[in-house]
Amino acid sequence: MAKAKFNVPTFREYPIIPELKPDVMKSDGPFISYPQHQEALNYPGELVDNWEEKAIEKMGDMLNKYRGFRVFMDSCVKCGACTDKCHYLIGTTDPKNMPVARQDLLRQVYRRYFTFAGKFFPKLVGAKELTKDVLDDWYNYYHQCSQCRRCSVFCPYGIDTAEISMAAREIMDSVGLGQKYCNEIIGKVFKIGNNLGLPEPALRDTLEGLEEDIEYDTGVKVRVPLDEEGADILLVTPSADFFAEPHIDGLMGYAKVFHAAGVSWTVSSYASEAANFGMFIGSYENMRRVSLRIREAAQQLGVKRIVFGECGHAWRVAYSFLNTLAGPFDFLDPNYPVPQHILEFTYGMIQEGKLTIDKSRNDEYVVTFHDSCNVARGSGMGGIPGGQFIIPREVIKAVCNNFYDMSPDTIHDRTYCCGGGGGLLTDDLMELRVKGALPRMEALKDVVDNYGVTHMAAICAICKSQFTKVLPYYGFGMDKILSVHQLVSNAVILEGQTD
Amino acid sequence: MGFLTALYALLFYFAFAVLIIGVGRKVYQYATTPAPLKIPTMPAPRTKTGAALRVLSEVIFFRSLFRSNKWIWVFAIMFHYGLLLVTIRHLRYFIEPVWWWVELAQPFGKYAGFIMIIGLLGLLVRRIAVERIRYISNPSDYLMLALLIVIGASGAMVSFVTRTDIVQFKAFMLGVMYFDWQPIPADFTLLVHLTAVIALMFIFPISKLLHAPGVFFSPTRNQVDSSREKRHLAPWAAELEARKS
Repeated sequence: MAKAKFNVPTFREYPIIPELKPDVMKSDGPFISYPQHQEALNYPGELVDNWEEKAIEKMGDMLNKYRGFRVFMDSCVKCGACTDKCHYLIGTTDPKNMPVARQDLLRQVYRRYFTFAGKFFPKLVGAKELTKDVLDDWYNYYHQCSQCRRCSVFCPYGIDTAEISMAAREIMDSVGLGQKYCNEIIGKVFKIGNNLGLPEPALRDTLEGLEEDIEYDTGVKVRVPLDEEGADILLVTPSADFFAEPHIDGLMGYAKVFHAAGVSWTVSSYASEAANFGMFIGSYENMRRVSLRIREAAQQLGVKRIVFGECGHAWRVAYSFLNTLAGPFDFLDPNYPVPQHILEFTYGMIQEGKLTIDKSRNDEYVVTFHDSCNVARGSGMGGIPGGQFIIPREVIKAVCNNFYDMSPDTIHDRTYCCGGGGGLLTDDLMELRVKGALPRMEALKDVVDNYGVTHMAAICAICKSQFTKVLPYYGFGMDKILSVHQLVSNAVILEGQTD
Repeated sequence: MGFLTALYALLFYFAFAVLIIGVGRKVYQYATTPAPLKIPTMPAPRTKTGAALRVLSEVIFFRSLFRSNKWIWVFAIMFHYGLLLVTIRHLRYFIEPVWWWVELAQPFGKYAGFIMIIGLLGLLVRRIAVERIRYISNPSDYLMLALLIVIGASGAMVSFVTRTDIVQFKAFMLGVMYFDWQPIPADFTLLVHLTAVIALMFIFPISKLLHAPGVFFSPTRNQVDSSREKRHLAPWAAELEARKS
């Protein structure tokens, strides 16, 4: 088991709701971003002098721009339905990690400055002035929300804490208080084209290496093209797919599927990133700037279709926001949805019988599937409600003989976050990440014990990285996490394959 | 014309104006604030009819609350449907002749008050006894339940215990409505009941009771899953586009 400087939560015998321990997760929050990271995103470099005034002004501006934010600020009746739904509450027991309590950090200020009751009877309705203490709480606790939207599923008014935490981060950024991890990464996308800061020559090198690996494994020359004008498909995939395990095995899977399908495709070095951390910081403008790179790349390369690789929040931005942010995509082939998910593509190929599959090649695996929150609750697939639950499972079952789902309370739209989403996948938040993974780890342990599950497959770069890190804290091997297209890659037999 | 009659008549006018203007202003605000991004909690309906049905399933059945917590759901349903029946029954004091369906609701409405009070007490007990809900409660959250319990209990008292000259009360209410004031029956319990109701009307547009109009405007519940097929663009986002490109 990995060594930790903090107490790793123990598996609960029964999933009872823990007793609250106020302030156990109170801290200074994640690393604060440097002035140059802030300025690259058009935010003040550091906390401005009149930040109280500016923050309230920004809040007012956002209340007028976002209906959700306004309705959510007014509508909560404190019924308590959400209080036990957050994985961070379950893992940390800090009451400010209850969704409603997290929302109230912003709502108390909203009430003080924007409502009659809060202006005249602040104590009665729990309204508070925006002080440094409140700002500190904002910074700390709005970076303990992975914006997974599980609470919004259970709220009778659909109040979405993700929207509120995004708004809070946007307000903080606008007064010069940003989170280093997210903002530095967005800056890299603007400057280089991807979260990793992987420049074109390095990317070309990596992809060529990948071609060699596939040829070594299969004896077949499968291409992984970069910046090829006139290709049919632009593949936009998280940059983690270019180097991290098990992500890269997934990328090899996409390449094999494209190869077997006989389509021409390419990766773009200009838009070599599916991830869009602009969403995490709640910034419409930065999210749009990142999205426009994909549009520009598609136009420059003259592709007909855009396909996204396995990435959770990227697929939410792609499915739900891309048309809004960077559309209309009338220059692409209207016969295909824009954009498509790689699983929609692969599923289509399987249904058309275009892939030769030997399921027994995955017989060493007994697989379960982790629904990534942004895919499950923020997007769709296949044009049918719930397609995002059906298609990944159908693909897994088509390439793998042994599949078991985890407990119904922890899958589909009730899935638990991996603990590292929403811009929290940074080492300075490791304690939070480990604790937040508890409910998912419990559900995994259940199928491991009862069905002999050996591996968990996922379709999100963040989930895969997070699980690689946190699985050992719970006594599992770090290689227990797989890419779905890794399973596809294992089972697909290419024409002329030698092994 | 007695002082009490004038006082309550004027309070009713004032409270009614505050309620209508206050809630109207909020509804206008909700309706005119754009929702720049498609954020329905997925999976979401693919059609407008589907989305409307989804909102109705929240309004009528409290569907998400049912999935979330059965105890809160039971008490919330008891309170809201109790209140609905009671309110329908109360229409008889504002109309002459009384509509047939209001007549029909009369016997149910009388006892629905108890269901409503039990629901409210259940919610109050949970608010006090469940640590998590106690933590998130402000004084106003307790007072709101207390006010509703006062309304329910005083109403039941008037109906079943102290009694009042209900014919005279109806004359007062109709008089207020048609600006032809008639004396109000000056029973203590009735006046407590009316005062609490008037207070509720004042509080409605400045409190969490705005969840009632709010639920219809919640983008996570009322949006259609059609973002790939149909471009969704808020006016301010369109302006931003025009400026930048």
